[in-house]
Parts: sequence; structure tokens; C-alpha cells
Amino acid sequence: MPKLIKLHQGQASLANDRFTQVADEEPLPGGDVIISLTRFQAEGDRLLSEGRAVGVRVEAGEEIEGLVYDLPRVAVVALAFPKFRDGRHYTNARLLRERFDYRGEVRAVGDVLREQAMFMVRCGFDAFEPADDSGPDEWLAATRRFTHVYQRAADTREPAFVARAE
Amino acid sequence: MYRYDTLDKEFLADRALEFRQQVARRLAGEITEDQFKPIRLMNGLYLQLHAYMLRIAIPYGTLTSTKLRKLAYIARTYDKGYGHFTTRTNLQLHWIKLKDAPEILDHLAEVEMHSMQTSGNVIRNITADPYAGATADELDDPRVWSEAIRQWSTLHPEFSFLPRKFKIAVTAAAKDRAATRIYDIGLAMRRGRDGELGFEVMVGGGLGRTPYLAATIREFLPTRHLLSYLEAILRVYNRHGRRDNIWKARIKVLVASLGAEEFARQVEEEWGKSDHSRVDLPDHELARIRASFAGTFETLPAASETLEARKAADPAFARFLRRNVHPHKAPGYAIVDISLKEPGETPGDITSEQMEVVADLGQRYSQDEIRVNYQQNLLLPHVKLEDLPAVYDALAAARLATPNIDLVSDIIACPGLDYCALANARAIPVAQQIAERFADPALAEEVGELRVKISGCINACGHHHVGNIGILGVDKKGEEFYQVTLGGSGEGDAALGQMLGPALPAAKVAEAVEQIVGVYLRERKDDERFLDTYRRTGVAPFKEAVYAEAH
Repeated sequence: MPKLIKLHQGQASLANDRFTQVADEEPLPGGDVIISLTRFQAEGDRLLSEGRAVGVRVEAGEEIEGLVYDLPRVAVVALAFPKFRDGRHYTNARLLRERFDYRGEVRAVGDVLREQAMFMVRCGFDAFEPADDSGPDEWLAATRRFTHVYQRAADTREPAFVARAE
Repeated sequence: MYRYDTLDKEFLADRALEFRQQVARRLAGEITEDQFKPIRLMNGLYLQLHAYMLRIAIPYGTLTSTKLRKLAYIARTYDKGYGHFTTRTNLQLHWIKLKDAPEILDHLAEVEMHSMQTSGNVIRNITADPYAGATADELDDPRVWSEAIRQWSTLHPEFSFLPRKFKIAVTAAAKDRAATRIYDIGLAMRRGRDGELGFEVMVGGGLGRTPYLAATIREFLPTRHLLSYLEAILRVYNRHGRRDNIWKARIKVLVASLGAEEFARQVEEEWGKSDHSRVDLPDHELARIRASFAGTFETLPAASETLEARKAADPAFARFLRRNVHPHKAPGYAIVDISLKEPGETPGDITSEQMEVVADLGQRYSQDEIRVNYQQNLLLPHVKLEDLPAVYDALAAARLATPNIDLVSDIIACPGLDYCALANARAIPVAQQIAERFADPALAEEVGELRVKISGCINACGHHHVGNIGILGVDKKGEEFYQVTLGGSGEGDAALGQMLGPALPAAKVAEAVEQIVGVYLRERKDDERFLDTYRRTGVAPFKEAVYAEAH
């Protein structure tokens, strides 16, 4: 069971994961699940009608636009990093938050390392399954290394050009 | 010259502290070299053949005397007393110890410098017209926009893990001194019909294994929308650039495979959906940046008697004026190019003592400004005509007055196999051999404008594709061979060079260049430059001269 760190109101804590992450070839267990985009497109309606909470796992090569119509019904969008250097999901996270106004959980899964924490938080991720030994304290510290930022993103941090004018 | 405010300084201090902690974790063995690699690369620290190499960013090639003196100090204290300027206008130190790196970054931070984003798959150091603020042919100061891009691209949360490195060049002048067609994005300022200023946006240039010149995807982008438009380009690239093959990951491959028109359509569509006002800088911030670049010049006579007298009496000085001194927008001032290409030396190398000489001259005679250009030379942008004799004498005493700007001995060369782990062949000795054949300044001047560019491998750091004479080092069964191309240009008349013939052994390269120059001198009409003659005659006579013996 991977560790799950959640960020809420500027605080990071370990969370119990109520979702079971299910691979495509595995049978579906009961309860809340996170399934692939393909599986969601085939079985999502049925699972939701059973009253379960459903999360969708999106691979780096998949278009996030494919999920837009269903976003209001999706509890978690898990963006999967095949390698930490694959940066496509930073764009996907920003699109979810800024363009599609998604308010549910955006979770980073896969090759998720502390050195990415600040970028992820700025792009709108609020849940993380670190692949290194990071706990909530290390994770939070990594997001706070920089007092200032130079550009707007999906978070509420004030960019330098605004701070300077105050 | 942009000065860091409290906020910029605090940002840099945070960065230096972060890196110090990361290095401590590495030295304590808490993380492996593999895990450390991406971290050090975010700070311009490479592991090369013999030691760590630190690449220090020089944003849009601008330095003050304080900064240059600090670089001299660092090179003397932590390296072997010299540094190497690159075609990206950065400074590389090739003999660094890992344990010293955090201390070096602290020193750099003291003078508002760093090594962020000089490596890795991020938006790299921005380059710009080195004559910015000094030339009469510019519509605006490109440093204003370069600084805006510098800030926007610094630790950009969405674009710090791109498919590949990303380079942006900016010019606001009619003459392209920033080689805008050979970078991922080239920005060239234009004036619109109604007088408004905008950028021609060129995307997908790049050298390396498959060279492309950038295609224009927008003829005119109002300057105020620069950042939001860049964000749209980067977003399309971040999503759709190839990540399965490092050789096909640059944006040039995406643009070429989609076609420039389709790529442009996708960018426009993305840009149309974004809220520009959240990204573009507000007027007050642009005004703040602009104010920092405002230069003031004295009212001076357009000619100097001191200068004319010396010129008449001293042919070497007169030659320096012809080759290295260029017109300034303000009467009575000049731009002085400083060649780091003394024949026999390594192109782009400079000792700590020489850096200090240039720093002193910059402070005393050039409004405390020094520039680096992509030809791996330095320049003093604002020198009074009456001070030129003194500046020349001081440069000459430091062996920095080589009168060869844009001539055959003003060679661009990468560090090559002498330093670089990627290289197939040496570049520096080849450059030295060629330069030595044209060491006589009268001969070099007689040949005229001729750009020789040498890369030690296909990654093309020495820009060989756009050299009038391009030389590429290749490995043939363990031996160094050199592929020669002719007719390339990185300027306004940008073109990729064409292959001359089979690769030449190392011992034959300088001779071949001499033969090529011989053909040019024989064939040239009137004031033709090498490039003009080549374009008229084609490759045949050159090929014949170089490969004659083989027949």
C-alpha cells in the first residue's frame, strides 16, 4: 500500500486511502475504486450507479480532454508519472484546475519525488503518493523552499510582479 | 542594466540554500549519483571527462564589472584560472569540485548571478542582440523583453520537465545578431502598420543531428502578449513533443512533423482559450523593468581629434577600428568588440586576469556594462570615441585586441573531446590550426568576412551547420575525422551548409580551409563576401580544390 499524503489548507498529512487502485486486468473489488480511463469509459456509469465513489487514472500520453464531460462525477483524478522527467501531467493538472474548474482530488502517482513537490502543488495537485521516502514533513518543506514565485499557476501564490506593486 | 530587487535576491538565496542541502545529502551518501543527477543538472553542474563542469548563466549576455570580477575570482579560486564563454553566452568552468559547488553558488548569488536553467529539459538562459541599447537599428531594447522572459521562465511550474531543452533568442533590430532562426523560439521585433510594436514569432529552429531553420508561425504578436503566447507554444510542446526518443524530442521535430501551419493553428487555439491577463506582465512591471535599462549619453561631437590622430599614425590601431569597432546610436560613442580568438588560443577562453582587465575597462569607459555574444566574444557597448586609444592600449596589453571580428580566425568552437563526454573529436586544436594559418592580420582582413564554426559532435554546440565553413568532428573506427560543409549562415540570410565531400582526416582540415579560401579569392568578384561567392559558384570549384589529389 503506497503512502498517501494530502495537502489541505497549507498543511500536509498522511491520509488513509479509501480508494482501491485497480489494474485493467484485475477483477473489481467492492467499495471505492480508481480505474483507468478506458475502464471508466466502459464501466464508469454502472459503478457510479451503484453509489460508489470512482476515481480515474490518466496516463501521461492520454488527453485529459477525454474526461471533461465526466469530471463532475469523478472523485479523484490520478495522474500517473511513468518517469519523474515526464512533465505532461503538469499541464494536465493546470487544465483540470484552471480550464475545467475541477474541484475534486488531483493525485500524483507513479514516479513521484520530493524534488517535484513545489511544481506539482503549484499546478494544482493536492494528493501525492511519493515513490521516495518522503513523509508529510519533508513534502511540505519541499513545497516551501521558495519564498517567491515569478508566475501565476493553479495555486493562489502571488507572483513577483504583483507582490512588487503592493 | 537590470538590478535585482529584494525579491529577486531572496529567490536566489533560497535557491543557493536548497542546492547546499542537496549537495550535503549527496556527499553524505543519502542519495546516489543517479538520484543526484537531475538535481545537479537543475543547477548547471555536469559531470564531464575529467571533473565537474559548472555552467554559469549570463542572462541575455549582460555583465557588470562587479559580476565579471566575481567570475574572475571564482575561476582563480575554484578552477584553473580561466573560463570558457559558450555560444549560449554562458561561462563554463571545467575543473570544479563538487564540494566547492555550493560555495561558488553563494559567491554568485552575492552578485545577482546563478547557474539555474543552464542545463536540463527546461527553458534555458535567454540570449539577445548583444548590441541592445547601443545600436541605432533597433525598434526597442530587447533586454526589456528578455528580462520579462527570464523571470517568467524561472522555475516555471508547468515547464520544468519538458521533452528536451528549450532555447529562446530575442532581437529588436533589423540586423539579426542573435541567430534567431536557429533556436527553439526566435523573436524578432517588427513595427505594425499602425505603429504598434510586435514580435515575429519563429519556432522550431535548431541544429544538432537534424538541423532546421525556424518557421514563422505568427508575423506579428503585439509585445504586451509575449508571455501568454510563449506559454501557449510551450504548452503545445509539453503535451505533444516526443518523449520516446531523445533525438526527436526537440520542438523542431514536432513542428516539422505537424507542419508549421498546423503547429501554428494548435498554438493559436490554445492561446485563444487561455486568460492572457493572468500571464502577461502588467504595464507597471514592464515599466519597472524598462526603467532599469534606460541609458543616458552625453552630447558629444560625432568625431574625435585624438582618435583621428592616432588612427593616422598607427596602422594596427586603424585595423582594430576597422574590424572591432562599430557605430553607436549616440554621436561620439562606439561599440567595441573584444575578440577571444587570438590565433593559437582556445576560442572563447579567457583568463581571470583578462576578465579583470575587461571589468576595469567596462567600469571606467563603458558605463559599467560588458556583453557576451554567441560568437564567444565580449564587447564594451558604450565607449566614447576619445577613449578608444586608451581602451585599445589596455586591451592590447592583455592580448585582447586581436583585430579579427567576423574574419576567418574568429572561429566558433565547442570544447570538444578535450573536455566533453559527448564529443567524438577534438574541436579546439582544429580551430587553433586554422587560426594560425591566418594569423597575419593583413591576410585575414584581405579574406574578409568568413565564419568558421566547429563542433566536436553531432550535437552541434559549435553551430557548424550555419558556418560559412562548417566543420563537424566524427569518429571513424576510433580516428578523428572532420566533415566539412559550406554556405551556412546563422544571420538574416540564414541557411544550412551543404556537404563538401567525404570527411577529412584531422591533419588535412586546416589545409582544406586554406584551399577553400584560395578558391574564394580566385573566384570572388568586387566586394563579394565568401558567402556571396559560394552562393554564386556553388560547391564545385571548392570541391575540386580540396579533393584534387584524390583523383
